Amino acid sequence: MFSIDFRQIGIIAGKEFWDRIRNRWVLAVGIVFTVFALVIAYFGAAQQGAVGFRSIDVTIASLVSLVIYLIPLIALILGFDAIVGERERGSLDLLLTLPITRKELILGKYAGLAGALAFSTIAGFGAVGVILSPQLNLNALFHYAGFMGSAILLGFAFLSLAVMLSVFAADRTRASGLAIGMWFFFVLVFDLLLLGALVVTAGDYGGDIFPYLLLLNPADVFRVLNVFSLDEVRTLYGLATVFPEALSNPATLGGVMLAWIVGPLAVAIWRFER
Amino acid sequence: MASNIVEARGVTKDFGTVQAVKGVDLSIAPGELFGLIGHNGAGKSTLFKMMLGLIPITAGEIRLDGDLVNGPRFRETRRKIGYLPENVVLYDNLTGLETLHFFADLKAVARKECPALLEKVGLSNAAGRRVREYSKGMRQRLGFAQALLGTPRLLFLDEPTTGLDPGAIRDFYRILRELKGEGVTMVLTSHILAEIQERVDRLAIMEDGRIRATGTVQELREGMNLPLTLEIAGGAGLREQVGRVLEGLAIESIEETGNTLHIRLPRDAKMPALTRLATLGDTMRDLHVREPSLEDVFFGYRN
Repeated sequence: MFSIDFRQIGIIAGKEFWDRIRNRWVLAVGIVFTVFALVIAYFGAAQQGAVGFRSIDVTIASLVSLVIYLIPLIALILGFDAIVGERERGSLDLLLTLPITRKELILGKYAGLAGALAFSTIAGFGAVGVILSPQLNLNALFHYAGFMGSAILLGFAFLSLAVMLSVFAADRTRASGLAIGMWFFFVLVFDLLLLGALVVTAGDYGGDIFPYLLLLNPADVFRVLNVFSLDEVRTLYGLATVFPEALSNPATLGGVMLAWIVGPLAVAIWRFER
Repeated sequence: MASNIVEARGVTKDFGTVQAVKGVDLSIAPGELFGLIGHNGAGKSTLFKMMLGLIPITAGEIRLDGDLVNGPRFRETRRKIGYLPENVVLYDNLTGLETLHFFADLKAVARKECPALLEKVGLSNAAGRRVREYSKGMRQRLGFAQALLGTPRLLFLDEPTTGLDPGAIRDFYRILRELKGEGVTMVLTSHILAEIQERVDRLAIMEDGRIRATGTVQELREGMNLPLTLEIAGGAGLREQVGRVLEGLAIESIEETGNTLHIRLPRDAKMPALTRLATLGDTMRDLHVREPSLEDVFFGYRN
């Protein structure tokens, strides 16, 4: 109904972003990423009796496992009270009497939080990239940058889900419960359900659509996106034989991830404007 | 240009099967200080929120300065209004000045306005302190400064003196008088009827989702035809002498506390009673005519 005023979005986004800088949220998350990434890069092969950086492919594969647990959790914690928190505190009404639409408010909140998440991801993993750079060639650096980019997209997707549930939830307590439930579902339960279904049916039913079902989980999209870009790891996982060629294209997977970002956010805007 | 700055016509709000506001018509002229009173659940908060465009209207329409509250020109409309919520919740991690900067940016108001506004509400010395360190009264004053950003033409004040000490309440109404002098229209709600009865130009009493009465405090008193009270101070034998001179008038009651008589009588008996009491001369030391309070009027309409 109303045109979008990007200035208003920028003001809200700026406040959200600087709030996270000011309360050291970005710093804390960045340090967590750096420490975990360094530990994985240097001690990831300790079980095999080797210490030190081995290869970028193996390092990224280990980091993928870490990021799949960590980033969705951080994104959900970051965004679960974006709207419901303002509503519960009573500041939402005041904001909505200003010359700003509900759509601009949500987009501003999302952009600011996404900026903080992206900044801490780049700072955290980027620092490790800088430390490792003497041992990396251009191709390895490209892979590492791709990993960082996909980690940011994963964070954006879960942040979008968090903002959506923040609009639907009646209060912060329920929103936090839903956020935890969402993390459990996508990170822990979803793959188990798929595997369980495959085992129960002995692979007779749905085997062909199994790879496509993975697209229903942004964490799996992230995993596939990274693992398929690494030759060494792809053969290790044996995915090359299972996954259809059409889905292994990074552009396709990136598009699916984009849909996971835009979809929940669009639902959140739709609900918030009702 | 619309003659009324607030114009509500047939405004209705349904929450499921509950009708919170039932066909309200309301007009507020530019420059008026208008009070909206009613008990909890009367519908005044819902009407207030609809006037601010916070909740959709089920039926009817509300125009602010001629424009629909959530119409195509909503940004221009909202730049003309200021809002002070009952419980001001601002951002604890920002300083007072940063808080005003944030709201000034959203209202497209120059940031240089902010220090003067903090001065106006008595928060200059706390401009650099985080809001988390502010007392409730200071937060309320900061909220008021926020509402004044951009010199709004229309101010909505919801229980504005909540948490303010008597000195701050006096300062608050002083600022409202100044704003009124500048032609700002103000709509306020309050539970403290004694506080607003001498300050509002007109008010509306809401009851069960409807406006039961609108007018000046005096018009509402007269509309209710509530009895007046004459308070007469005097010496010994006052009661007998007063009783004698007022004989034949429709006196409702005479009560005595210390040396003071409280005589309740119908409004139309006031002048005859005063004429007769004047004959008592020095027997009376003092005399006050006490009009029914806004509280009396409010409960009169409720009953």
